[in-house]
Amino acid sequence: MTGIEREVVIVGAGPAGISAACVVAETGRSALLIDDNPSPGGQIWREQDRHGSDWQASHWLRRMHLYRVDVMSGATVIDGDPGRRAIVCETANSVSTIRYKKLILATGARELFLPFPGWTLPNVMGAGGLQALVKSGMPISGKRVVVAGSGPLLLAVGAYLKGQGARVLAIAEQASWSRLARFGLGLPKQPYKLAETWQLKRALFRVPYRAGAWVEAALGGTVLERVRLRVSHRYWEAPCDYLAVGYGLVPNIELAVSLGCQLSGGCVQVDSMQQTSVPDILCAGETTGIGGVELALMEGRIAGFSAIGDRLNAQWLFSDRERFRRFARRLQKAFTLREELRHLPSEETLVCRCEDVSYRRIAPMSGWRAAKLHTRCGMGPCQGRVCGPAAEFLFGWNCQSARPPVFPARIDSLIEHVDK
Amino acid sequence: MADSVWISIDELPVEVEHGTTVAAAILKSDTAGFRRSVTGKWRGPVCGMGICFECRVTINGQPHRRSCLVYCESGMMVRTK
Repeated sequence: MTGIEREVVIVGAGPAGISAACVVAETGRSALLIDDNPSPGGQIWREQDRHGSDWQASHWLRRMHLYRVDVMSGATVIDGDPGRRAIVCETANSVSTIRYKKLILATGARELFLPFPGWTLPNVMGAGGLQALVKSGMPISGKRVVVAGSGPLLLAVGAYLKGQGARVLAIAEQASWSRLARFGLGLPKQPYKLAETWQLKRALFRVPYRAGAWVEAALGGTVLERVRLRVSHRYWEAPCDYLAVGYGLVPNIELAVSLGCQLSGGCVQVDSMQQTSVPDILCAGETTGIGGVELALMEGRIAGFSAIGDRLNAQWLFSDRERFRRFARRLQKAFTLREELRHLPSEETLVCRCEDVSYRRIAPMSGWRAAKLHTRCGMGPCQGRVCGPAAEFLFGWNCQSARPPVFPARIDSLIEHVDK
Repeated sequence: MADSVWISIDELPVEVEHGTTVAAAILKSDTAGFRRSVTGKWRGPVCGMGICFECRVTINGQPHRRSCLVYCESGMMVRTK
């Protein structure tokens, strides 16, 4: 096993992680960015390394290269020991222990997937999921796509797919028009958001946007063939090639939880300096609360200053951070999930996709732990990352549990790790 | 194709652009599913970012690789199912 040591180690190379790493590296200190995806940028700046159309992304990625931030891509952090200030990380063919003086967790968020009949059919994907796959080379031109779920991401995904030549048949937003309207009336307070919305609206010319609409079922034999939407009291059905459905975002808290960080409202709890409840571990970005790229950048910079002990520079950014947090709270309110979504799964609908556990078997359980013990729900390779948040929404359980290894690891990695 | 890479998916050659992930290449090849679930049902990728583990395939003999996290490299041997 190789041993590496850096002053500041950052997990997650999205906007929060990159901005934190730049702040640290610009002062001449050694910073290491670790990320499980094959290139830095996170989910939002995924193809920027190659195409560079987003000025913010190119700015930060350029800065990252300029100040020679070390980036370790394709590496998954599987365990950590805050006492020894070390984390263990696995790549395709190696495992290494990395020591830090300060650790910044910027593990981002994943999509919330909710079960409905047919959601396990191939070609039913996440909204961000389909976008990510298209950005990484999947052909979409001429394909019929329905985008559904909730949140502003749906518009961005719809516009992106249309730009890539897909036939976007509809965008179905579960929130009602009245909620959206109330949210829209507040947008002028955030002029840049208003401009962004206007651009998306233009990009989505002639794509039907339906509010108060959701996927009732995905239909097909071995792969997706048709989609059935519910639009208030009517049904709408259409043949399609891909269904992209995501109900918002869930913070990736598993690593933080396994390191002992305290949570608050399902997110990692931090103080004004982005410090968690565990000494020398900071957290920034979506993991501390879903808030979008501007907030993530701001929190990342604050965490960077905090890690190097520069309180003054961090404080300059507090008021901006507060402004973005306020916007995030309004967003959450506008896109609150409707009750009807809880009743979508049929008895036979699978809730746990790894272990193929149906709604019928999980529903009578007293809680997450019982469901795990009796049905193997959440015990597969994704370790409950998909079905945990779904069960939380469906049954109101507390499904937050994480223990090492926080991602499935090879047996030789575990042996080497224990041996040391 | 300028800057292209050849890989084999279930012994069939597939040409993709440099920087394409294995998951995207399998979707492009349109020939194969990704894996069968524990009860034998076909599954394909969902999250596209290494969280859901639905896109697992065997790459160069290594099983259970998340194909959405791996770039295609010339001569790569991919097995699905």
